Amino acid sequence: MTLENKEAWGSRVGLVLAMAGNAVGLGNFLRFPAQAIQNGGGAFIIPYLVCFLLMGLPMLYVEWATGRFGGKTGNHSTPYIFGSLDKRAIWKYLGVLGLFTNLGICAYYTYIEAWTMSWAWHSAAGHFMGMNADQVAGFFTSYINLETSEPILMWVLCVGVNTYILSRGLQKGVEMAAKIGMPLLLLFGVILAIRGVTMTAGEQGASFSGVLGLNFLWTPDFSTIWTPKVWLSAAGQIFFTLSLGMGSIHCYSSYVKPKDDIALNAMSAGWMNEFVEVVLGSAIIIPIAVGYLGIDKVAQMTAAGSGLSLGFQTLPYLFTQWGPFLSAAAGIMWFGLLFFAGITSSLAMGTPGLAFLEDRFGWDRRWAAFAFGGAVLLLGIPCVLSQEAFGEFDYWAGTISLVVFSLAEVILFAWVFGMEKGWAEINAGADIKVPIVFKYVIKYVTPVILLVVFVGSLPSIWATIMKPMTFQVALARGLMLGMFLGLLALVHFSDKRKVTP
Amino acid sequence: MSTSALTMMLAAQITVTVITLYLFWKVLTAKPKAEPDSFVENDDVPR
Repeated sequence: MTLENKEAWGSRVGLVLAMAGNAVGLGNFLRFPAQAIQNGGGAFIIPYLVCFLLMGLPMLYVEWATGRFGGKTGNHSTPYIFGSLDKRAIWKYLGVLGLFTNLGICAYYTYIEAWTMSWAWHSAAGHFMGMNADQVAGFFTSYINLETSEPILMWVLCVGVNTYILSRGLQKGVEMAAKIGMPLLLLFGVILAIRGVTMTAGEQGASFSGVLGLNFLWTPDFSTIWTPKVWLSAAGQIFFTLSLGMGSIHCYSSYVKPKDDIALNAMSAGWMNEFVEVVLGSAIIIPIAVGYLGIDKVAQMTAAGSGLSLGFQTLPYLFTQWGPFLSAAAGIMWFGLLFFAGITSSLAMGTPGLAFLEDRFGWDRRWAAFAFGGAVLLLGIPCVLSQEAFGEFDYWAGTISLVVFSLAEVILFAWVFGMEKGWAEINAGADIKVPIVFKYVIKYVTPVILLVVFVGSLPSIWATIMKPMTFQVALARGLMLGMFLGLLALVHFSDKRKVTP
Repeated sequence: MSTSALTMMLAAQITVTVITLYLFWKVLTAKPKAEPDSFVENDDVPR
């Protein structure tokens, strides 16, 4: 039985900004440029945009439509949203992945989010001034090795901030945070991007111009375009950047009324994320880093396909070359924009769990938020203490679960619920005409792409399972398994439970 | 900057920027649906 959940969005712009904020994350600024460099430079944008059109946008439509449909029956979490599309129990239990993924990712994502708070504070306080490059890099190493209590305190504070905002509700909490965070993120991003691309050689210690960095990033290597690895990287990037397969889009959309638009909203939020990634994400870390370090060093630092090291170890040092005031301002803007990108995503990860407790157990929003905060702290402890455990959570909850969930939901939507009904749902109340081609893309192309991605990941899953386990890995896997089984039990129990509205 | 890099960058960034601005403008200017709709801020009657 579902209890009445009185949450609602305050405004349409708030909904779009919250959805865009859900999608925009640290990866827009740190992962995308590194992936582009490793996969053909400017040529990467071709498979990337093709994947956006054939997988990203169709999946956005599916998730928005599925969420709104579930919302009609008063359900705001994926087990019951899936259950509203088809009554067979398998779908409801597959929908548990939408709770598992959000909680699992939040466990380690809030820790990275806490780094941005720490780095913003140290930048503002001028602590990086006077340090050399090795000392700034060493600061990061000592931080993640927990040589002081600061990382843990900041993480607890960060989870506390998330819990507080979530406890204020959808409109006064999540939407308010998006309305403040997203404009500031865009403002900081534009200022830093202008600074990055206008940097000239010889100015404030830079050896090269920012334009050299842009040239490095955007020079196309068309010989890579038919390489399967490049296409898999592009599909993976689209997947992560749009926050697909998590259950958070469904949850946000479930608060949209049946006659209100989702087609235009989904497109607007999706393209806003692309703007942040393709326009701003490509114009900050690479131009600034190349300006000081040169192409070879930056190529080497992004070889793993991530800009995490550039973002946290290198950029704070480079900012110090700009003098005390500009260094502090740049640090606050850079880590501030990463923080806003992070928190608007982690709030989206928290909302489905809260909705589940409110809908199915009649919990007050505040208590549900505290329960969420407590669960994140409990699950996050191994991620904070061990990088191996962190990696396990990222792999199982943050990668594999997303693919399985997405494959399940597109099959459910297009083949079980039925594409005719699905197409009608996408177009109900639409403020734009959705091109009919998407109907066939959703039915035939997107499931095949997801199946290929899933089958392509099987060897890696097998290799990961067969690797000898350390204690930390075993602990992380045990916690995740326990969480998944616990969520299955809660869903099962909530069905049996008689509640009084 | 090389011509090929500049072409790729401008083509991608202009396309993405124009589409983003157009869609957001459509969101801002779309006529609100008749009540009750999803959004609290334009409610005639407080909830």
